[in-house]
Amino acid sequence: MDAAPRSAAPQGDGQSAPGERDPAQAARRRWMSVLAKAKLNELESAWEDLAQKPAYDWLRRPEVGMVMVRARTGGTGGRFNLGQMTVTRCALRLASGEAGLGYVQGRSKRHAELAALFDALLQDEGRRGELEDSVIAPLEASHLDRRTARSRKANSTKVNFFTMVRGENE
Amino acid sequence: MYVAVKGGEQAILNSHKLIAEERRGDTEVPELSLAQIKEQMQLAVDRVMTEGSLYDRDLAALAIKQAQGDLLEAIFLLRAYRTTLTRFGESEPIDTSCMAVRRRISAAYKDLPGGQVLGPSYDYTHRLLDFALAAEEGVGAPEAEAAEAGVDESIPRVTDILNHEGLIEEETALDGDAGAVADLTREPLRFPAGRDLRLQNLARGDEGFLLALGYSTQRGYGRNHPFAGEIRLGEVAVEFVPEELGFPIELGEITVTECQMINQFAGSAGRPPQFTRGYGLSFGHCERKTMAMALVDRALRARELDETVEYPAQDEEFVLYHSDNVEASGFVQHLKLPHYVDFQSELQLIRSLRRRHDEEQQEAAE
Amino acid sequence: MALATSLNASGGIDTAELRPGLADPVHDSQHIFRGLLTALAHPGRPVTLPGDVAGPEPLDPATTAVALTLLDYDTPLWIDWIADTPPLRAYLKFHCGCPLVERSQDAAFGLVTDPENMPRLALFAQGRDQYPDSSASLLLQVPSLEEGPAVTLKGPGIRETATIRPAGLPDWFWNDWRLNAAQFPLGVDIFFTCGRSVVGLPRSILAEG
Repeated sequence: MDAAPRSAAPQGDGQSAPGERDPAQAARRRWMSVLAKAKLNELESAWEDLAQKPAYDWLRRPEVGMVMVRARTGGTGGRFNLGQMTVTRCALRLASGEAGLGYVQGRSKRHAELAALFDALLQDEGRRGELEDSVIAPLEASHLDRRTARSRKANSTKVNFFTMVRGENE
Repeated sequence: MYVAVKGGEQAILNSHKLIAEERRGDTEVPELSLAQIKEQMQLAVDRVMTEGSLYDRDLAALAIKQAQGDLLEAIFLLRAYRTTLTRFGESEPIDTSCMAVRRRISAAYKDLPGGQVLGPSYDYTHRLLDFALAAEEGVGAPEAEAAEAGVDESIPRVTDILNHEGLIEEETALDGDAGAVADLTREPLRFPAGRDLRLQNLARGDEGFLLALGYSTQRGYGRNHPFAGEIRLGEVAVEFVPEELGFPIELGEITVTECQMINQFAGSAGRPPQFTRGYGLSFGHCERKTMAMALVDRALRARELDETVEYPAQDEEFVLYHSDNVEASGFVQHLKLPHYVDFQSELQLIRSLRRRHDEEQQEAAE
Repeated sequence: MALATSLNASGGIDTAELRPGLADPVHDSQHIFRGLLTALAHPGRPVTLPGDVAGPEPLDPATTAVALTLLDYDTPLWIDWIADTPPLRAYLKFHCGCPLVERSQDAAFGLVTDPENMPRLALFAQGRDQYPDSSASLLLQVPSLEEGPAVTLKGPGIRETATIRPAGLPDWFWNDWRLNAAQFPLGVDIFFTCGRSVVGLPRSILAEG
């Protein structure tokens, strides 16, 4: 991965297994995933609530493209291409130097931008703890809430089979 | 012979205006919003995404509105739009065992870990028209029941459970993910087609075509004795490794339907008797489609399993060349384009044949 | 754009110098693409490319512009040893996302900044009978488009003849080009670049040195 622009990957060496050997990488992986799955309005209000908003320049303006979604035969076998999904990405750099990256499903440029901004801010160790508590944790909780609500409704449709036990003849 | 090739411009422009008016319909009726289509025509959106081969609910809803509900036209629109977007890369393979399950049933096992979760389905309805939906005041906000807790976090696949007995073939990545993955969007079909190419083709193939072919295998046109081993519907995360990072991050979640068909297999010289598998997977909730896909996937494995290829569903050239409704509809509908010159030459040919025929008849009579 | 300054103030994250791509990616690349079409439609005629973009060493602005316009995720690229530096790799991967390949035969595009030591033309993909378009396109950055030996071009897009004078080519070059043209419709296409100019040399063109 020496070919990848290091500017956007300060902590990752790209060699270690994802999120296992490198706790910094695992942390970034987690918050980027949370930011990608967040609702745009949640991100907007988190941004509005932010006390000091940083200045930044684009490394790559938001662009809409696609990622080919892959799956496995039978769920576990060889890979195949299922179809594509729309994805928006961007890269930016804060005036303080941190480079942030946004890769989010869909075609919202603003979503990618906000994800990249928070990604950059979270790399500042001085701010990370506070942002984890005030932004990432609530976004994650809200995602989990949506998921649980769906899952509880699904579980109400789970079949409980009654087995009739025939009495022994005496 | 010259044929007028110009002059239709104004007629075409006016046809555009006419279709716009027809699409809008009676202006006394409120205009349909994309949000309404997205929320209340979800299964149409799912089909358009799957066969349009692009996961984007908003674009699919737009395509449906633009096509006046003609789903094949909407699929065509989505495919065409797709070509304007750059590709950032390929995702990591999605893991359907980590699905946030909303429906999961098995017709092969009654009691299985994780249970039978019916989820949202029309299977258990009476197929009686519900006039409550036609009521002026609408249906309001129906509320589903919610259980105390959600379904199990991770529900094992039925096929993985069967595997423990060794009675079903295992699906493993034989190449250890080292090889290239065939991609129809980059290369034309080539035969013999690998299973990766076949599955990609079937995944975006026409539901009606696959349904008919799947049905044909059940009616005897293909040795097949299938069980719906498992069908599951739910959300899976899509992971992607950005070039800039070198490690995977989640881009978001997509809804998929998965069908694992289990088929009897008597065995061959190289294989013991065991169950074999057919696989179906789609974007969104496309259950009928994934079931048909799984049947056809299994039928297309005939060569690999030393079965005689004798029926349409087993013939990969027949199936893969005719499954794509964008291509099929293009070729059928191109017959509407002017063929004036072709037809003139055919006319001349028929006239001369007729002349010769008449002369021969006359000679014979004399 | 204040990009260059922000990059200089690297703030301790990283010292990699990532130069900016096209200022207005969509419109700039459309203009450049139009320029490349003109260059191929009129072989031998120098075309000045818009979008003055400073790529990493040793690329000229025209070479960078063509790369940013034509290369993407679907175009495997082979680069010659002089150009093959970490900053250039990083630049192309970030802005184009193109895979870099080791073997020239596997590339859809070849980027050559030292033509004198470049591989023979036959070592690039020549296309297949069913798909002649699967051959490689070469970006040959030359030291000059005016000071080399004169070569006369004939073929589609040229009324009678055209003359070009690219410098710095290896002595086998025009002989290889004859072999390339002889296998039409197979064969490679070439863009000569220098400064902000590009000259197109499609496979359909015959050259006499």
